[in-house]
Amino acid sequence: MKILVTAKRVEDPESKIKVKPDGSGIVQEGLKYKINPFDEIGVEEGLRLVAKHGGEVVVVSIGGKEVQEQLRHALAMGATRAVWVNHTGPLDQMGVAGLLQKVAEKEKPDLVILGKQAIDDDQNQVGQYLAEFLGWGQATFASKVESLESEQEKNKVPALQMGADNKSVRVVREVDNGLATLECALPAVVTTDLRLNLPRYASLPGIMKAKSKPIEELTPAKLSVDVTPKVQVLKMASPPPRKAGIKVPDVATLVDKLRNEAKVV
Amino acid sequence: MQQTQEHRAIRQTVRKFVEQELNPHIDAWEAAEIFPAREVFRKLGELGLLGITKPAEFGGLGLDASFSVAFAEELGHCTCGALPMAIGVVTDMATPALARFGSDALRREFLAPTLTGERVCSIAVSEPGAGSDVAGVTTTARRDGDDYVIDGSKMWITNGMQADWICLLANTGDGPAHANKSLIVVPMDRPGITRSKIRKLGMWASDTAQLFFDGVRVPVRFRIGEEGRGFAMQMQQFQEERLFVAASTLVTFDRLIAQTAEYTRQRKAFGQPILDNQTVHFRLAELQTEVEALRALIYRTVELYVENKDDAEVVKLASMCKLKSGRLARELADGCLQYWGGMGFTWDNPVARAYRDLRLGSIGGGADEVMLGIISKAMGTLPRKSRG
Ligand SMILES: Cc1cc2nc3c(=O)[nH]c(=O)nc-3n(C[C@H](O)[C@H](O)[C@H](O)COP(=O)(O)OP(=O)(O)OC[C@H]3O[C@@H](n4cnc5c(N)ncnc54)[C@H](O)[C@@H]3O)c2cc1C
Ligand SMILES: Cc1cc2nc3c(=O)[nH]c(=O)nc-3n(C[C@H](O)[C@H](O)[C@H](O)COP(=O)(O)OP(=O)(O)OC[C@H]3O[C@@H](n4cnc5c(N)ncnc54)[C@H](O)[C@@H]3O)c2cc1C
Repeated sequence: MKILVTAKRVEDPESKIKVKPDGSGIVQEGLKYKINPFDEIGVEEGLRLVAKHGGEVVVVSIGGKEVQEQLRHALAMGATRAVWVNHTGPLDQMGVAGLLQKVAEKEKPDLVILGKQAIDDDQNQVGQYLAEFLGWGQATFASKVESLESEQEKNKVPALQMGADNKSVRVVREVDNGLATLECALPAVVTTDLRLNLPRYASLPGIMKAKSKPIEELTPAKLSVDVTPKVQVLKMASPPPRKAGIKVPDVATLVDKLRNEAKVV
Repeated sequence: MQQTQEHRAIRQTVRKFVEQELNPHIDAWEAAEIFPAREVFRKLGELGLLGITKPAEFGGLGLDASFSVAFAEELGHCTCGALPMAIGVVTDMATPALARFGSDALRREFLAPTLTGERVCSIAVSEPGAGSDVAGVTTTARRDGDDYVIDGSKMWITNGMQADWICLLANTGDGPAHANKSLIVVPMDRPGITRSKIRKLGMWASDTAQLFFDGVRVPVRFRIGEEGRGFAMQMQQFQEERLFVAASTLVTFDRLIAQTAEYTRQRKAFGQPILDNQTVHFRLAELQTEVEALRALIYRTVELYVENKDDAEVVKLASMCKLKSGRLARELADGCLQYWGGMGFTWDNPVARAYRDLRLGSIGGGADEVMLGIISKAMGTLPRKSRG
């Protein structure tokens, strides 16, 4: 079985992110980057599936040379090889899905796993577009409500489960009022939610082995995809800063303020 | 010091490990005055983090010291000093001599299971009567047939309550003090060993023990390297220890300064944030400069060490790293604590914990004065009579 997993490079949420004064983007200096946490969950799920069913995890990322760092991270976790679509410059979600479509058609995986969204722009679109472009079934927000790591959870049926014939996948997904279980024919597209699993650490031997695993370089031109964005970011702005709190002398004042200023009681 | 993609990746793994596997438990382990060594080392072993510089034949990765120093640095994300110290004992204090000079059989039996985290170890050099003066240790290992019979006591032994084996420095002969000692692997389940726990000012999550040896028998083949070379091997082993100790303080220093800046930015006195007093933000700027200077010194020392670990210059520079880190720890913890006012004097305050833990830096692994002696000797300024 072959599983294709995406690994987007995103700003580390622990970095202090500031919008440029002219609103054209964010200040890049001093930022740290990491693999999109939802993608890391995808890599982990892929590795667990191939550990059970055999096969390989191929990881793909789109961006400049620097995204190789995220590819290497996924390789260090255990992915077999990587595809790097070398592209710098603007790219919208349709563009990403278009590139991934071509990569998927080339690689012919049984399953594509993506994060439900990337934590930088929180779009939540690529998995859905990709399924549509490929004409494959999709199951978004694959999840588990409890941590998969508890003893009890380990004994439970995993959220992603292959059919006995290896021709379908059963996916538990989080919905507003509980869990829904979907069954998709393979090949299919799955996106991961936060509670699907707890990704493993990249071990030291894994990190050193990743050094010699192959990264294939592709470009939008080689894949014949026109990535001219249809969506344009006009301006970015920080949310208004939260006002400082105040101290009130007694409960009576607090109640008064809650009632007459905040109007919440 | 070189910083490759692999260095960055190891840093990421270690930091995440510290934040997920250690920090959530530190308060409980501090209160218990011990941490679950076996569990922690097994997890570290699974990730290959205990054998960074160790030979591949025994389960190590065979990488150079720039990787182990990156590891030490990231352990500084730990919210106490005890865990980095306890881990450092296993990776850089008790095992370098065994890895370098031990027989294959000894390395298979003791090094390999230590690198997987199955076996916990200690370095046992200091004694009640000899700490700074390592040549003055009085524990003896007397030859009796194919055994050594060990008598004496070791003091301040980190991981001492939980260790499965120790790397022991003992007198194996009557010759001159620098040529009569050997390093011996002693399994801690041998009859005649007792342990007692020591309560301390800081480093609470780390168990520190006094060990007593009463006619303890171990086979002669448990000796590391040649007989009589123990003192020299221990002096070499100290270089790794000193680099580790110094490197493991850097991130902690950064964090103390950042936490203090954050606290004093929020805290107002006399109508303005305390941080806005020039004396406060200038002091923090000064301290951060010192930290960067120390970092540069450590990186330079590592570069030299990677080129040739036996370069005499390494001994001097590693001692300078250790000295500066110990001194700066005191200055910085005290300086930061001051700006927290009464809060800094409370037990659970993070700066207060660092103030207690980091105080060890100027004492353990060779006191500041011992470092100054080594540096003076290297500079050719140490008077003859003080030479050991
Ligand atoms: C928490 C903790 C953990 C430790 N872990 C270990 C361990 O795992 N294994 C181990 O073997 N040891 C360990 N030690 C021991 C440590 O290495 C010694 O405490 C240290 O070497 C100092 O020795 P001492 O305590 O005997 O002090 P002393 O040798 O009695 O020295 C006391 C003081 O005298 C001064 N002094 C000494 N020599 C000179 C000099 N030449 N000139 C001027 N002043 C001097 C210094 O200020 C020094 O601090 C640990 C200690 C502590 C506190
Ligand atoms: C054990 C203990 C016992 C105590 N007992 C009593 C008691 O019995 N009764 C009582 O009333 N109080 C008591 N106190 C409180 C003590 O007096 C205060 O902690 C002290 O006055 C400092 O105030 P603070 O803690 O609010 O610090 P802050 O006012 O928040 O000041 C924090 C730090 O900011 C710096 N700072 C403040 N102002 C300036 C400035 N203008 N320029 C530059 N730097 C500045 C200083 O370094 C200071 O340490 C006690 C405190 C402790 C810890």
